Amino acid sequence: MSEQALSNTGNAASAEDMENSLGSHDAATDQFLTFIMANEEYGVDILSVQEIRGWEAATPIPNSPDFVKGVINLRGTIVPIIDLRLRFGLEQVEYSPVTVVIVLKVTTDKGNKVIGIVVDAVSDVYSLTADDMRHPPEMGDQVNTTFIKGLADVQGKMVILLNIDELLNLKEMPDVDAIKNMIHD
Amino acid sequence: MSIDLSQFHQVFFEESFEGLDSMEGGLLDLNPDDFDVETINTIFRAAHSIKGGAGTFGFQVVADFTHVVETLLDEIRAGSRALEASHVDLLLRSVDCLRELMQALQDGDEPEMSPANDLQGQFEAVLAGEAPSESSSSEVDASSLDVQLESTSEESSDNAGVSEESKGYWAIYFKPDSDVLRTGNEPVRMFRELEALGEFRSQAVVCDVPEFNQLEPEACYLSWNITVAGGTREEVDEVFEWVIDESELSIRWVDGAPSEADLGISADEPASAEAEETAEETPQAVEESEETVDQTSEPEAEPQVSASVVPEVKAAESKSSKKAASKSSQETTTSIRVGIDKIDSLINMVGELVITQSMLGQLGANFDMNKLVRLQEGLAQLEHNTRELQESVMRIRMLPISFTFSRFPRLVRDLSKLMDKKIDLVLLGENTELDKTVMEKIGDPMVHLVRNSLDHGIEKPEERIAAGKPETGTITLNAFHQGGNIVIQIIDDGKGLNKERILSKAIERGLVSESDRLSDDQINELIFHAGFSTAEQISDISGRGVGMDVVRRNIQELNGTVEVESTEGVGSTFTIRLPLTLAILDGQLVRVGEEVFILPLVSIIESLQVDQSMINNVGGQNEVLRLRDEYVPIVKLHELLHVEPDNYELENGLLVVVEADNSKVGLFVDDLLAQQQVVIKSLEQNYQKVDGISGATILGDGKVALIVDISGVLKIANQNKARTLPGDHQAA
Repeated sequence: MSEQALSNTGNAASAEDMENSLGSHDAATDQFLTFIMANEEYGVDILSVQEIRGWEAATPIPNSPDFVKGVINLRGTIVPIIDLRLRFGLEQVEYSPVTVVIVLKVTTDKGNKVIGIVVDAVSDVYSLTADDMRHPPEMGDQVNTTFIKGLADVQGKMVILLNIDELLNLKEMPDVDAIKNMIHD
Repeated sequence: MSIDLSQFHQVFFEESFEGLDSMEGGLLDLNPDDFDVETINTIFRAAHSIKGGAGTFGFQVVADFTHVVETLLDEIRAGSRALEASHVDLLLRSVDCLRELMQALQDGDEPEMSPANDLQGQFEAVLAGEAPSESSSSEVDASSLDVQLESTSEESSDNAGVSEESKGYWAIYFKPDSDVLRTGNEPVRMFRELEALGEFRSQAVVCDVPEFNQLEPEACYLSWNITVAGGTREEVDEVFEWVIDESELSIRWVDGAPSEADLGISADEPASAEAEETAEETPQAVEESEETVDQTSEPEAEPQVSASVVPEVKAAESKSSKKAASKSSQETTTSIRVGIDKIDSLINMVGELVITQSMLGQLGANFDMNKLVRLQEGLAQLEHNTRELQESVMRIRMLPISFTFSRFPRLVRDLSKLMDKKIDLVLLGENTELDKTVMEKIGDPMVHLVRNSLDHGIEKPEERIAAGKPETGTITLNAFHQGGNIVIQIIDDGKGLNKERILSKAIERGLVSESDRLSDDQINELIFHAGFSTAEQISDISGRGVGMDVVRRNIQELNGTVEVESTEGVGSTFTIRLPLTLAILDGQLVRVGEEVFILPLVSIIESLQVDQSMINNVGGQNEVLRLRDEYVPIVKLHELLHVEPDNYELENGLLVVVEADNSKVGLFVDDLLAQQQVVIKSLEQNYQKVDGISGATILGDGKVALIVDISGVLKIANQNKARTLPGDHQAA
């Protein structure tokens, strides 16, 4: 019960915060699309989202890492699909009707790419200001956190804001368990 | 007020490069003893428009350089100077030089001026040296050249040299019609040309500028008093040539140094004192005077005044915009010119498609089974329309191969001179069309082959006479279509490949062993091996042994092949076969498990069902197919591509025998499906390069299928073999 109460007050506070920040510096607000994966909420800059579509079978690419599910035909363009669970080293789940693919525009050193990521479900859209975001804590050398843009507190919930350009460029896998521990500590 | 000219730079460069090409072509046709005046005119016109364009866009170095070229051409054209072979050489070199200058400008680099200055000096020597009969015109030349030197030096407005030579100046009053801007005659441009003649000062007369509410933005209300210290009357007249009928113009020569009085600045104008102080600072000064004279007209009139009065400001502006433009030009993609007939046919096709669509739409609105036949007809028509549309769109990318061929006359001319050989170049099938991307990539391999023919193929004149051949050798470039491919042949009537030398060299290099018995074709093939050259002397042109293998690789990258046929003493023929386009591929669909892959049809030799008796095991693991008198290694596609197949037994599936990099391999697949043309889509665009896969395509059902890169697959197969072999199998 006390937890409930706590989160309620947290809720009210953050909502107030958000309204304040919205009112005071409107221009600095960024919108983030959030999605759920293994009970954690992750956010990506909404401007990098091209579209959201249901999961459909992809053509597998030979000799590619297992998190690359394959390529699909997106209205004539060949788009690779990456399973973000596998990318993060999480346990794989069966794809269900709510499994969605978020198609993202990613800026890489070789120009813009269109890549789809498979996530458990799409959650919400939040408007956040720079003040709402916290820098990810230092986690030592063994954990790569460059793909985390920041952490945000939305209505008492922790949202991990992803730096999508870094994430899909990254060669080595981020260690999600370590990050999880860090988040919950 | 002023249009941002930088948006036209790209067009200017493209047109200028075309102009240079036509200059080059014309020059190569020129025979000093007997030439066509029309050819000279063509060359002259090309040079003239490059000069004009360069002047307009502020590429002064190009304009200046072209000017001397044009001067020489003009004299030849007018007949006051006889054309000599040395002139043609000089002009050809100037074409090269201009091309480099413009390339540098296009890339936004600082152009390398020393070769241009060198050539310019030579032009001046030619122009000044053997003076034509008329002394007056030689004076004109001399003075114009002085000006030329002047303007190429860092500060074109620095008048020390000019005023020393000609103690006087042109006082010009110029009052254009108010329509002058609408007719496209930009006074700023004229002023810039005047500026090139010598020290230039101008003062705008603004008393005709009407009230603000009566201002027309496109009208010119200004007139100018100008002094130019330098140039001849002809040159000054030339500047105003286009506007002389539409303006009030007075030009007179005044001895002595230019004074402010000539600029017509009356003392009662408040800002005149400031204006006098420094001529270069006038914009602000004049603007200030504007403000005091007529407050209301200020916002509109200001830009006009500042733009027209002081060209220096403009020049600086255009410099910065040039930088910006060069940046943007790196981003802009290249363009192609498409014949209007192709566009027309495309529009017709789209029209038909729309008609078919509306017909089908009507049919679908109230459909019953009685109309089934009409529906089928409609669908057939739709298919027909779509195919035609696809072909027309493909045709847009097609260009005649003359774009590639056109560089060879020059190359052959220069090289044959260098090597003291007499060579005729014959071009056939210049209108054969092929894809622009293919064309861009085939240029270098072709240059290499032609150089080889020149260097190794064609003999020196004395050798040819001794061999009973005509003194002049012939190299023929021939292009034609043959069943979905384009074939390009490079034929020479030289001495042919020396088989003994090739063979002994190959044995020396360890490419073949002495006991090998090779057919003539196999011996000829050897020249495509890396590091192979039989040239006795390494020359500038060829013989370093890098080349034929690169040629072959480049052509293979385009999914093409290159072959050589040769008869000793008679000549050699190199035959390049290329697909018409890189965007579409003839593919064989094969199934492995649940996945469909596409094999390029060109690399398939045959497909067959195998019997255990045809299979031999070499060294335990490596299965080999006995195919008539050959042994072909077997590669299982499912192992390489990590797919779950239907069959693991060779008897139950099919073998597709493919050839790549001169070796045959049997690919084991589950089933053969349809043969069809597929549109190649890039995997790299959104993903990355995948070993063994050259691209992807979209099948009729909307699914993605991967296109197998045969030579890539073979490479993986060899690597895998190398990994499994060491240790146990080698010992066995």
